[in-house]
Amino acid sequence: MIPGKFDYFAPQTLDEAVSLLSKNPDAKILSGGQSLIPLMKLRFASPAVLIDINRIPNLDYIQEADGSLRIGALVREADLEKSDVIKKKFPIVFDTAQVIADPLVRNRATICGNVAHADPANDHPATMIALNAQFVTKGPKGQRTVAAQDFFTGLFTTALEADEILTEIRIPTPPERSGGAYIKLERKVGDFATAAVAAQLTLDASGNCSYVGIGLTNAGLTPVNARKASQFLTGKKPDAKNIAEAAKLAVEESEPRADFRGPAEYKRDLIRVLTIRALNRAVERASGKGGN
Amino acid sequence: MSTHQVKLKVNGAERSAEVESRLLLVHLIREVLGLTGTHIGCDTTHCGACTVLLNGKPVKSCTVFAVQADGQDVMTVEGLEQDGKFHPVQEGFREEHGLQCGYCTPGMLMTGTALLKENSNPSELDIRKAISGNLCRCTGYVNIVKSIQYAANKLRQGA
Repeated sequence: MIPGKFDYFAPQTLDEAVSLLSKNPDAKILSGGQSLIPLMKLRFASPAVLIDINRIPNLDYIQEADGSLRIGALVREADLEKSDVIKKKFPIVFDTAQVIADPLVRNRATICGNVAHADPANDHPATMIALNAQFVTKGPKGQRTVAAQDFFTGLFTTALEADEILTEIRIPTPPERSGGAYIKLERKVGDFATAAVAAQLTLDASGNCSYVGIGLTNAGLTPVNARKASQFLTGKKPDAKNIAEAAKLAVEESEPRADFRGPAEYKRDLIRVLTIRALNRAVERASGKGGN
Repeated sequence: MSTHQVKLKVNGAERSAEVESRLLLVHLIREVLGLTGTHIGCDTTHCGACTVLLNGKPVKSCTVFAVQADGQDVMTVEGLEQDGKFHPVQEGFREEHGLQCGYCTPGMLMTGTALLKENSNPSELDIRKAISGNLCRCTGYVNIVKSIQYAANKLRQGA
């Protein structure tokens, strides 16, 4: 399958990329290309211009500084899997990266692209919501920051303006006694999630949850922020009864649709079960049990 | 639509071509450079038959534009054999019956080669994870795993 015709630019700086983007309203940013190129081959996308950011230096950093983890626009999924700081301090991000597509795709695919593409079936958005991450964007008017929880505005639609690039993800470093997990059910390697749940929490000195974030994958037209479930569990002990109640609330916030991966009713129950499992694993990790 | 002059290293040799921006790397390799060992299978980023090493990393060449390979280093299955001698991974596939119809084999060989460069002593699980983006429709995975283990042993013995 051959994509439609397009003009190709490979800028050397972010400023140049932004300027190209503002001059070409029908342009798309090419980073890993593992979603965009298949869509172009199927002619679901026919951008007139591609702006390839792969030749811009110094965008492949994973750095922890000033209380947050910063991930640059050209960090590949495979880089996340190999990063010690991700494995040790952000196991939920490691969980997420390693279940995306397959290892060959993960050598190209980027986390920022996964987020900016805003497919409700993509895995990182739910995790970014659970972690309360911030997205740094750059446009002709300068830099701004958008919370993951406000970023996904519709199906394949985000708070990014047409002339803005997502340049960095910032994840607040969780305090002591924090843990998170991403649990995905997929029919086979490389498939999108039938459903998946990201859960991140922090325990206070008495063992109650001082922070809870829950995000759902492929559970609606956008990545779902399970706000009610998170709010319910905040301030409470994450025991079996409270976790079961939070999972029930998460189901109420989801709107999965029937497709070849299963009927909606099945998916709702799956979201309930995966929410319980993700919260349980998050609690284990927050309590320093069961490793990462 | 733009066209671009690209220069890249393929199996150690400098190659150049004028390409349309929309030309996929796999088509550059097969149709422009004439290296037909790299196969096109699903053409939808699933099967891995088109796997090549881009700067040493296995990628699906149906999902990279040729122009993106400008200035880069590409290795295809034709680059494995050296001086008429099989690469240990190729030898493994012959010794352990790692191929049936052979369609997925070039991709499997490239992924196997890349794995052994990173991990000289992979477990069965490591191998199965590494090749999880390469589909064998003959379902001959048991022998494919054995073939890569054969190569790992041979490479560790300093072949």
